[in-house]
Amino acid sequence: MNKIIITVVGKDTVGIIARVCTFLAENSINILDISQTIVSGYFNMMMIVDVSKSEASFQEVSDTLDKIGEDIGVVIKCQREEIFDSMHRI
Amino acid sequence: MININEVSETNEMIEKENLDVRTITMGISLLDCISSDLDTLNRNIYEKIYGSAKDLVQTGEDIAKEFGIPIVNKRISVTPIALIGAAACKSTEDFVSIAKTLDKVAKDVGINFLGGYSALVSKGMTDADRLLIESIPQALSQTDVVCSSVNVGSTKTGINMDAVRLLGDVIVRTAEATKDNDSAGCTKLVVFCNAPDDNPFMAGAFHGVTEADRIINVGVSGPGVVKTALEKVRGENFEILCETIKKTAFKVTRVGQLVAKEASERLGVPFGIVDLSLAPTPAIGDSVADILHEIGVEHAGAPGTTAALALLNDQVKKGGAMASSYVGGLSGAFIPVSEDQGMINAVNAGALSLEKLEAMTCVCSVGLDMIAIPGDTKSTTISGIIADEMAIGMINQKTTAVRLIPVIGKKAGDTVDFGGLLGFGPIMSVNTFSCDEFVNRGGRIPAPIHSFKN
Repeated sequence: MNKIIITVVGKDTVGIIARVCTFLAENSINILDISQTIVSGYFNMMMIVDVSKSEASFQEVSDTLDKIGEDIGVVIKCQREEIFDSMHRI
Repeated sequence: MININEVSETNEMIEKENLDVRTITMGISLLDCISSDLDTLNRNIYEKIYGSAKDLVQTGEDIAKEFGIPIVNKRISVTPIALIGAAACKSTEDFVSIAKTLDKVAKDVGINFLGGYSALVSKGMTDADRLLIESIPQALSQTDVVCSSVNVGSTKTGINMDAVRLLGDVIVRTAEATKDNDSAGCTKLVVFCNAPDDNPFMAGAFHGVTEADRIINVGVSGPGVVKTALEKVRGENFEILCETIKKTAFKVTRVGQLVAKEASERLGVPFGIVDLSLAPTPAIGDSVADILHEIGVEHAGAPGTTAALALLNDQVKKGGAMASSYVGGLSGAFIPVSEDQGMINAVNAGALSLEKLEAMTCVCSVGLDMIAIPGDTKSTTISGIIADEMAIGMINQKTTAVRLIPVIGKKAGDTVDFGGLLGFGPIMSVNTFSCDEFVNRGGRIPAPIHSFKN
């Protein structure tokens, strides 16, 4: 399994999850976990996804999500899971 | 599985607290480049470095993108050039030609500093060592990214006072040679005692002769992360203070270890060490002095500062050592003046003097670092300051270093701006009582009694 953490931060609006999930589905990226909160009006979501079945490279996924973020006025960040694992798990 | 709070914590460290990987430094041995023909030597050096490091910058950028962590610098360290050039170089100009080759290849592979224009002379100087040292002012004024260091002492060998005297002079000449640029040549020159072979940080990085052909060393950073963590335990006792620093250092270092392993795999170059140093930058919130302030001293330099720095350094090592499979380099807290906004403020407030900085170097990782001094400071005075700092390293079995910048045409209280990571700052005053007779004795200071351990 090849896991990526996607975080979405920005002003809450209709259809953020729909846009991101549609893109992921179109690229055979499986969602393993989603958590979401609203902190002082700001939308804050984290997804753990598995990209092992996707043909798109990390770079392509990351760049496209960047663009989607710009379209809907939120910041979307892709990071490989290892950085969080190393920092928070022994 | 990782949860949203952990993800937010990591990303806040990166976005708000300046967490970054300060440098990926590739150490490259140039021993197999040696030739008695200068042109062949220069060609060999260019080809070896270019071939080894052409993918270094791109790899660093790829890793930074994929993990979402800035990797600020990509750098190279090479075998001390005094050794590499010994067979071919008959004059200082010959050595300068190597410096120019290093400068060119560094720019061609896109790195921002290359270290190793160095000589190791802790007990004595060969003719080549002396030529290289004498060529430093010319080399540093005619190149942009080449860094130079000279190891003039060690606990095992004592202090080479001939080299100390020579370097006082070389520092002044380097300042003169770069006086149009606020004597910035001196920011690329470090004098060491007990220099480590695997230091990834500039200007003192070189690839020691005990190292493998190529190696990846990583320097982590994160003064801002430690400071923010300490803000949450204001007023608590030392146990809680120390535990907080240790846990934070662990997290920061784990990122360095991850990046080091990843870079090593992608470049096909073995992983050497992670350097645990807390390295400040002039950016607001990226300051070691601010941590000392958070620990409880009004300004760096106030009574209590040395103790605060000692505990900070020790806790960073304790936390960091657990987080990395190989720790090395300098591994401690850096206390440069011009590269740390909190230090600059402390000097401007009158809280921090050169003498207090010297005391602080007894308990931290390096030494008198990035300190601008009056341009009319005598070379023997600089040698005396170097000798003091080397003695601290020799007796305490630790690395110490001196990077002083006598800024030609400026006096104590003036300010100087080196730009970028090198920062800016006030010119600090220097004790001007003479040490000429001490420095001019010549010879070397014997190794201390506790070096005889066999």
